[in-house]
Amino acid sequence: MGRNGNFNGAARTLSRRRFVQGLAAGGVLLSAAAFSGRPLTAQSRPVIDTGTAPVLSGTDFELVIENSPVNYTGKVATATTVNGSIPAPTLRWREGDTVTIRVVNCLQESTSIHWHGIILPFDMDGVPGISFNGIPAGTTFTYQFKIVQSGTYWYHSHSGGQEQHGMYGAIIIEPASGERIQADRDHVVLLSDWTDADPMAQFAKLKVQSDYYNFNQPTVPDFLRDVTRDGLGAALDERRMWQQMRMNPTDLADLSATALTYLCNGTTPAGNWTGLFQRGERVRLRLINGCGNTFYDVRIPGQTLTVVQADGQDIEPVEVDEFRFGPGQTYDVLVTPTEDACTVFAQTMDRTGYACGTLAVAAGMSAPVPALDEPLPLTMADMMGSMVMPATPVRHASSEYGPSTDARVDTPSVALNDPGIGLRDNGRRVLTLADLHTFGGPLDSRPAEREIELHLTGNMERYNWSFDGVEFGQSTPVHFRHGERLRVILHNDTMMTHPMHLHGMWSELENPDGSFQARLHTIMVQPAQRISFLVTADAPGRWAWHCHLMLHMDGGMFREVIVA
Amino acid sequence: MRNSKHSVCLFTAASLFCAGLLIPEPLLAQPAVDHSQHATPAPAPVTTPAVDHSQHMMTPSSDAASARDPHAYSGGYQRGSGLYALAQGNGQLHMADSHRFGAVIIDQLERTSGDDEATIYDLQAWISQGYQRVTLKAEGDIEERTLEESRTELLWTRAFSPFWDTQLGVRHDTGAQPDQSWLALGIQGLAPYWLEIDATAYLGSSGQTSLRLDAEYELLLTQHLILQPSAELNLYGKRDAERGVGSGLSDVTVGMRLRYEFSRQFAPYVGVEWAGKYGDSKEFMRAAGEKNSGTRWVAGVRFWLSN
Repeated sequence: MGRNGNFNGAARTLSRRRFVQGLAAGGVLLSAAAFSGRPLTAQSRPVIDTGTAPVLSGTDFELVIENSPVNYTGKVATATTVNGSIPAPTLRWREGDTVTIRVVNCLQESTSIHWHGIILPFDMDGVPGISFNGIPAGTTFTYQFKIVQSGTYWYHSHSGGQEQHGMYGAIIIEPASGERIQADRDHVVLLSDWTDADPMAQFAKLKVQSDYYNFNQPTVPDFLRDVTRDGLGAALDERRMWQQMRMNPTDLADLSATALTYLCNGTTPAGNWTGLFQRGERVRLRLINGCGNTFYDVRIPGQTLTVVQADGQDIEPVEVDEFRFGPGQTYDVLVTPTEDACTVFAQTMDRTGYACGTLAVAAGMSAPVPALDEPLPLTMADMMGSMVMPATPVRHASSEYGPSTDARVDTPSVALNDPGIGLRDNGRRVLTLADLHTFGGPLDSRPAEREIELHLTGNMERYNWSFDGVEFGQSTPVHFRHGERLRVILHNDTMMTHPMHLHGMWSELENPDGSFQARLHTIMVQPAQRISFLVTADAPGRWAWHCHLMLHMDGGMFREVIVA
Repeated sequence: MRNSKHSVCLFTAASLFCAGLLIPEPLLAQPAVDHSQHATPAPAPVTTPAVDHSQHMMTPSSDAASARDPHAYSGGYQRGSGLYALAQGNGQLHMADSHRFGAVIIDQLERTSGDDEATIYDLQAWISQGYQRVTLKAEGDIEERTLEESRTELLWTRAFSPFWDTQLGVRHDTGAQPDQSWLALGIQGLAPYWLEIDATAYLGSSGQTSLRLDAEYELLLTQHLILQPSAELNLYGKRDAERGVGSGLSDVTVGMRLRYEFSRQFAPYVGVEWAGKYGDSKEFMRAAGEKNSGTRWVAGVRFWLSN
């Protein structure tokens, strides 16, 4: 388990690479809707299904939810689709419009659509059991709400494993006051992960063996190599804490490429989704992480990415080589490709696979795909944070002193400028939360009147996830007083990163000094990190608040928020 | 518990195995999760201050006595009722944390070689909800189509700390010896250094008492090739001539199995196992003209299913 060890020795066989790339180009099979609905531009040719979703615009929409056969792994599986495509149709809205969306459920089970990051009345938010009763099989539900924001968002099912099985699509909202961001070309890049399996069956396997999908575990030969290199004492020291804590430093993802096929606009790497541009053009990429499980580290080798929007909100442009984002998050970037073809490369945080596509001046082109980086093990800082005692001792919840919680962090890191495991000192400029500065400052200039602190907790061995050591089923709602401005502190006691999504209201991230940083709907909280954000509780109703890793959400890292 | 794997070399495993047995994790008194609302923080839970690893942290652990009430933010609201709650429909939202899960784990299904050829099974099946399980454990030895000996337990398993469960239930032994029923009370869990421990005390219907200790470890030679040392020992409170059992330490079994995981759920293995009798149990064996210790080769398969 050496920190600099080769953690993936066996992971690079040819057959595995083929598996990672996907055995099939992918896409929805035999689906008339996917073909009839896709607009053909002058540059694109319908040679293969590139996975580009149909675009629907206006104020009235009909979305039909049905089962469709897909083939991403070499065998046909059943997807849950919207109008027969993966991704679902891209919806183009205009700020200020009122949109009406009829969702027709042709499944044999209940469904729902949640408009991720959209500010709307709670009964339009689409969370079954909280905001409405879901959309029963064979029925139609009509969503209607006024659009009060602009930018890049997405929508997805909030029912069972439907999102993991293809039910996600992009939302693009044109600003009423005109675009601040000028680009010649605009592509949605929706990154997702596909599994043939039933996510609940995967959950059941993790209940038996929580490292089921991790084939990057420390081995005896790793240990012997470290003994030879560093001596027995050092090799044992290296392992002592992890062994005593019964934690695994290679626990970077619950599901890996052994269970997942990574998709770019619904297309496997083998299918090579291509976004076209003309030489010299400035291309806007609307990157959306629509995964159930996966953090992606995204870069376009050789190109500088100018990040101009985070979670749909314009930010002061920042130039980077790479960024990490988790399920639920979006980043808009501008790139002016200096090559005729370049690769959009999104490797997974656990380095077992990647999604990728190509930006090219003509269809059929491709550029080299970089090798996966070596997976790096978690460090002591990921386990313990800053290792500096805070002036005010951390107060854990009483329910964290029981079987639900395998670790508590007393010396959290509060810095926002850590790119995270696997991205530190990698020679590239990597975006961090500290780089995000939303234009215009906070929506509400009032200071926080009240503070609430919740800890992100879990027990990896038992495979439970929770807030404050209390799973959803045992929890009580978190009450926000209507109209108040409050500070929410999220303190991550686990060794995994959690993309935390509060529905219905913006999360206005602060830096450690308490000044405004960015307006977000999904905030990635790193292991042993403590972050805070301000919320204006102006949206009466009941809302969901959860980790956007679907298995963590289902495992109990989920709370109901009531604004009243 | 689960199948954790780690790598230290064997001698550390062995020495720490002893440490793991001698120094169990502090038994944490978990405060009951109170579903009523609190306007003020709940009384501080009576607990040991931190989990066992605290002494290894470079910084002191925060104080459990000053812990927050996890329901302090509810403002008196409940899920599923009151303002803005759904009036009717498909009922409460249930996430997987309140689902029921189940598994059948055939840990050993093996043939032994040599003069005592036998088929041996060792399995577990459980149904869990939250931190509780109903667990069936069964172990037995079939020789010449006859059940030579078997131990079957039905246990209520309850998590009481991050890595440890209590087990309470009944055990029934049947086979060539007269049947015997027991009450069972024990703990199982994962000790530091990834040792899987099962320690159970039994009270037999005849007034006999017994203690069984079982420990396993897993060494990953590769991501798929796993070496699993194990040890089991049995102690008895009373001499029982009818069953050939002496008081005190009666028998020890030490095994080493090497399996290849074609998948996590299917792994054939080969192994070697040494078993020996001690004390009066040894004398009983000797009197019966049987060997009181021996080594045997085993070959079998490990597999499991979950739902």
